[in-house]
Amino acid sequence: MPFWAQVREIARKDLVIEIRTAEVLLMTVPFAAAALVLIPFAIGTDAPLLAELGPGLFWIVVLLFGVLVILRKSAVDEGPQQDLVRLLGIDPAARFTGSTVATSLLVLLFEVALLPILIALYNPDLGGWWWMAAVLPLVAAGLGLLGSLTGGVTASLGTRTSLTPLLIVPLALPLLVGATQAVESLQLGRSILPWLVLLAAVDLALAVSGVLAARPLEEVTT
Amino acid sequence: MNAKTLVTLDDVGLSIGGSVILTSAKLTVAAGEKVGLLGPNGSGKTTLLRVLATLLRPTSGTGAVLGAELGTDEIYAVRPDIVLVGHLPGLYPELTLGENLRFVARLTGRDPRRADEALAAVGLAAAADRRARDSSKGMLRRTELARALIQEPRLLLLDEAHAGLDADAIGLVDAITGRVVAADGAALLVSHEPDRLEVDRSLRLVDGSVEEA
Repeated sequence: MPFWAQVREIARKDLVIEIRTAEVLLMTVPFAAAALVLIPFAIGTDAPLLAELGPGLFWIVVLLFGVLVILRKSAVDEGPQQDLVRLLGIDPAARFTGSTVATSLLVLLFEVALLPILIALYNPDLGGWWWMAAVLPLVAAGLGLLGSLTGGVTASLGTRTSLTPLLIVPLALPLLVGATQAVESLQLGRSILPWLVLLAAVDLALAVSGVLAARPLEEVTT
Repeated sequence: MNAKTLVTLDDVGLSIGGSVILTSAKLTVAAGEKVGLLGPNGSGKTTLLRVLATLLRPTSGTGAVLGAELGTDEIYAVRPDIVLVGHLPGLYPELTLGENLRFVARLTGRDPRRADEALAAVGLAAAADRRARDSSKGMLRRTELARALIQEPRLLLLDEAHAGLDADAIGLVDAITGRVVAADGAALLVSHEPDRLEVDRSLRLVDGSVEEA
């Protein structure tokens, strides 16, 4: 079966399972939305301050709660399912890519669901915000790639739930920096291109690493 | 390896996490053979099946499965010709039985409609839209047997071959393993119930080694 057809099958399977369990929509989005709602109670209702801090807080919430999207139970292949896909002869790189596509789409959905809350509560400067159409997918792809890569590493160690967040959060720092600086550049009227290039470069590096590591990581998982 | 020999193990040993599971397993399985594998709990039967399925690499000795040397990259090419039905189902709980089999059919380049035919063949035509998580252990086991019908493997490995199956389904095990060996494949069945095994010969796993039963 061609590589991209395998990718499509894996992604479709992951998305169907996620739609049925609805972990992201029913649990993670409300929880993250609650965090955005609670922050103004903690730092006060100073409108200019909230407008200034809002975008940065948004990205921190996306990063921290995005880990929950990445760690969702529906993304986990247990031992028998891992054996199945290995024996079906699925290219591990296709499996990595398909899983990443599904996770990235869910993270993107998660980001988009949180945006109206950010705008309603924090009233950020919306000048040039159409650039977010590029920033949001790049961050979502980065988190999806990180999730698949670190998931592969931690699955081989049998410590997925505990170790994955510890690996993702520091590795996601370039994504956080790129996203927050892109938004700040927009607010200051500067070009955000360097930050988009940074995000794309991080995504590319993660994609190459993930594809190259897919087979060894899969085979070391027994 | 003889052209008609599908499996050979020569003094294969395997240790996992410091525990020695297999010491010097010797085994030959020819095309057209149906072999039973017996042994007490913890004797390494499941581990041996996973070695034969190429999922575990031996830590010593040599072996070949369907012409692929174990421990080499040759195994990747023969994996789609192997079906392992483990004692835990290789099904996605949130997918229906039909969806699980269509997933397998598509990924192995078969017509997805064969999923429905296979489910009908194992008596589950009416349960195709039932999610795996809502299905009984026997239904999951039948679905796994249906997977073997779709994939038409050259090597069929059944762990706890009769576990969770009613009398009709036990007949299915015999029918499906019979189809595999009739097509010049081989079947290896692990069971705790030697009386129910309809095999050409039986082997016993003792102290990490394989003996004729």
